[in-house]
Amino acid sequence: MEFFLEVLTGGLLAGLMYSLVAIGFVLIYKASGVFNFAQGSMVLFSALTFVSLLERGVPFWVSFAVTLLTMIALAWAIERVVLRPLVNRPPITLFMATLGLSYIIEGVAQAMWGAQVHGLELGISDAPLEIGGMLLSQFDLFSAATAGILVLFLSLLFNKTRIGISLRAVADDQLAALAVGIKLQRIWMIVWAVAGFVGLVAGLLWGARLGVQFSLSLVVLKALPVLIIGGFTSIGGAIVGGLIIGASEKLAEVYLGPIIGGGIENWFPYVLALLFLLVRPAGIFGERAIERV
Amino acid sequence: MSAIANPYAESVELLRVDDIEVIYDSAVLAVSGVSLTVPKGAIIALLGANGAGKSTTLKAISGLVRADRAEVSSGSIHFQGQMSTHTPPHVLVQQGIVHVLEGRHVFAHLTVEENLRSGGFVRRPSRQSLQAGLERIYTWFPRLKEKRKVQAGYTSGGEQQMVAIGRALMTNPSMVLLDEPSMGLAPLIVQEIFEIVSQLNEKEGVSFLLAEQNIPVALKHAHYGYVLETGKIVLSGTAQELLQNTALQDAYLGKKQ
Ligand SMILES: Nc1ncnc2c1ncn2[C@@H]1O[C@H](COP(=O)(O)OP(=O)(O)OP(=O)(O)O)[C@@H](O)[C@H]1O
Ligand SMILES: [Mg+2]
Repeated sequence: MEFFLEVLTGGLLAGLMYSLVAIGFVLIYKASGVFNFAQGSMVLFSALTFVSLLERGVPFWVSFAVTLLTMIALAWAIERVVLRPLVNRPPITLFMATLGLSYIIEGVAQAMWGAQVHGLELGISDAPLEIGGMLLSQFDLFSAATAGILVLFLSLLFNKTRIGISLRAVADDQLAALAVGIKLQRIWMIVWAVAGFVGLVAGLLWGARLGVQFSLSLVVLKALPVLIIGGFTSIGGAIVGGLIIGASEKLAEVYLGPIIGGGIENWFPYVLALLFLLVRPAGIFGERAIERV
Repeated sequence: MSAIANPYAESVELLRVDDIEVIYDSAVLAVSGVSLTVPKGAIIALLGANGAGKSTTLKAISGLVRADRAEVSSGSIHFQGQMSTHTPPHVLVQQGIVHVLEGRHVFAHLTVEENLRSGGFVRRPSRQSLQAGLERIYTWFPRLKEKRKVQAGYTSGGEQQMVAIGRALMTNPSMVLLDEPSMGLAPLIVQEIFEIVSQLNEKEGVSFLLAEQNIPVALKHAHYGYVLETGKIVLSGTAQELLQNTALQDAYLGKKQ
């Protein structure tokens, strides 16, 4: 039983790492209905920029600030060059645009910083910590806490500020938002910048775990099942989806692994996601249209 | 804003639409040769059947045509004496034109109060002045105060119409473009809403351009009206004149009610 709890908790914590990536998708999908394929590249780009600055002797927080500014500039450029000209086009066009964008961002990252693998040391040891009889990774605890703080920050932003209310207004009804004088383009830029910030946080944690390298952009593949389970429009859903994926893949690995064979961790989330698709296509927390008129 | 007893006493022209033509998708001609004026402090009705071009005309005025893949391809629109044909919607809202869309379009997942607040942001008000704006709306629509914490999508049709109008009033407009406020509502609620429109006009001097299919109700509250048919103005006159016009009676009043 103790062992089970330890595996479960470890899985839940690790799952929040997936949630971090998924949240970036949710933000952009909610505000503009675009599935932003470039989110993974944004994660990579931010981690690479950060680690390269660090390696050139720039202090930690200065690197963080400069990377954040870079992500904001990127959001501004994307809004100007990609989103604005494509306004009113069907979602598939925008999706294709983000697909192209992801390669451009990766190309720029490579041109700027080169293609070698960088180690990233955030100063948190991965040594296990004993809590309530369970051995838990310190790093996982740290990233879980980071995810918690990020979600708190986002929910304050969305629920308490004018920008947040405008953002949700745009997510609900673009035409009505325009009709009361909300500037769509400004909102989109802000959303992409916030998604860039989330990408930066995810990039640092994932980069510290896996090393900063080009395959980092593939973390999106881990976020996909999370989105399917949690729904594309809910940050809470991204958290719960991450927890479900994290826990179930670890449990599957430990308990089913020996029977079916190793490597189950890699595909089990997709099986789970497919099952969810059959039962609940909008995800657990996916927003359904409010029907009543 | 001061109270205006007779809207035509001043007769300053607030809005002038000159011979406009609107084309959707560079292909569908929805409106052509529409001209109309809205004097300051007036309630003007824009009447016509389904597809006549009422909503398109309002969207041309508020600049929302462009969000619908359409454009004003000829003619001009002036608001407060300034050319506004191609002005972006948020600038027009800042200048005092606000559009209450057909079908209400409340932000369904936002609470009633958040809906109202969202209308206030364009003025960049202080916290207090935003709060004062809210209280003003709650005075006009006391029902909304009771429902302020409810998600707008879960309120009744009449309440949603009030939210849509209240949200628009939060922008502090001098002119409201009101598109089919009676749509799908019980007669009693329609009456209540039109009463409030008249009051807003009399007490706060807000001008209205009102698209309606419900001609009797519209003409009861409007001072002057235009009749649209397949994208053209075919008739105009004071509410009295239109009510007595037999052609209009036959064409619309006979069918409706
Ligand atoms: N988004 C659009 N794309 C293409 N054509 C459109 C669009 N919206 C309206 N039209 C066309 O423009 C014409 C005028 O439509 P409009 O909606 O302005 O009429 P309306 O008087 O508001 O009608 P209703 O009373 O039904 O609301 C119609 O022929 C319609 O088919
Ligand atoms: Mg209409």
